[in-house]
Amino acid sequence: MSYQINGHTVEHDEEGYITTLSDWTKDLAEEIAKSENVDMTDEHWAVVNFLRDYYDEYQIAPAVRVLIKAIKKEMGPEKGNNKYMYELFPYGPAKQACKIAGLPKPTGCV
Amino acid sequence: MSNIKKFLYVNRKAPYGTIYALESLEVVLIGAAFDQDVSLAFLDDGVFQLTKGQDTGAIGVKNFSPTFRALGDYDVTKLFVERESLEERGLSEGDLQEIVYEDEDDDWAEKPSIKIVSRAEMADIMSGQDVVLSF
Repeated sequence: MSYQINGHTVEHDEEGYITTLSDWTKDLAEEIAKSENVDMTDEHWAVVNFLRDYYDEYQIAPAVRVLIKAIKKEMGPEKGNNKYMYELFPYGPAKQACKIAGLPKPTGCV
Repeated sequence: MSNIKKFLYVNRKAPYGTIYALESLEVVLIGAAFDQDVSLAFLDDGVFQLTKGQDTGAIGVKNFSPTFRALGDYDVTKLFVERESLEERGLSEGDLQEIVYEDEDDDWAEKPSIKIVSRAEMADIMSGQDVVLSF
């Protein structure tokens, strides 16, 4: 299974997570988002970029409550809450946003 | 919340070569969602898990040591390291990476998570737990 992007083939697993993390590009993120019916806005990108930075630093995708706590601290309570996150990513910020960010499925996420 | 139990995860093995260390850390991260009182113990070769400057490039596996620094975000803030185990391996506290957490009750001040304890203190820590999981 794979995404087609700018003439390249990027492999993904049965749930749509890319298999090689270094394959990720912003164009690919847009492509994955499209397949998830997510229209990427600046607000979506802020979360995706946060996840990528977190993974860079700690080598894991954060759990949802950790993500929300961190976003709250960085961007304020109007964005650091469940409702806002699920508005951006209806199928769950961890699952959907991580997929778009090109990260593995979060630990403990079934 | 009532019914909070004291959980201790005991790590005795070197970080690579077996899957124990990584599996332990994953269980800790998953288990952190249950709001229990969690501590980690590092003894025997387990003390190598926290050494700084790990480079796994040559063995082709992921260096997961940075993940220990994320534990504070998961409210896991007690990492006990046995002094005798360090000394027997020629290590000291300075060989370990710095791991801190932000104390919500103290204006988010950064505080160290690692605490070096003696073998006798470690025994006391273990006997004070409700659940001990050994890796």
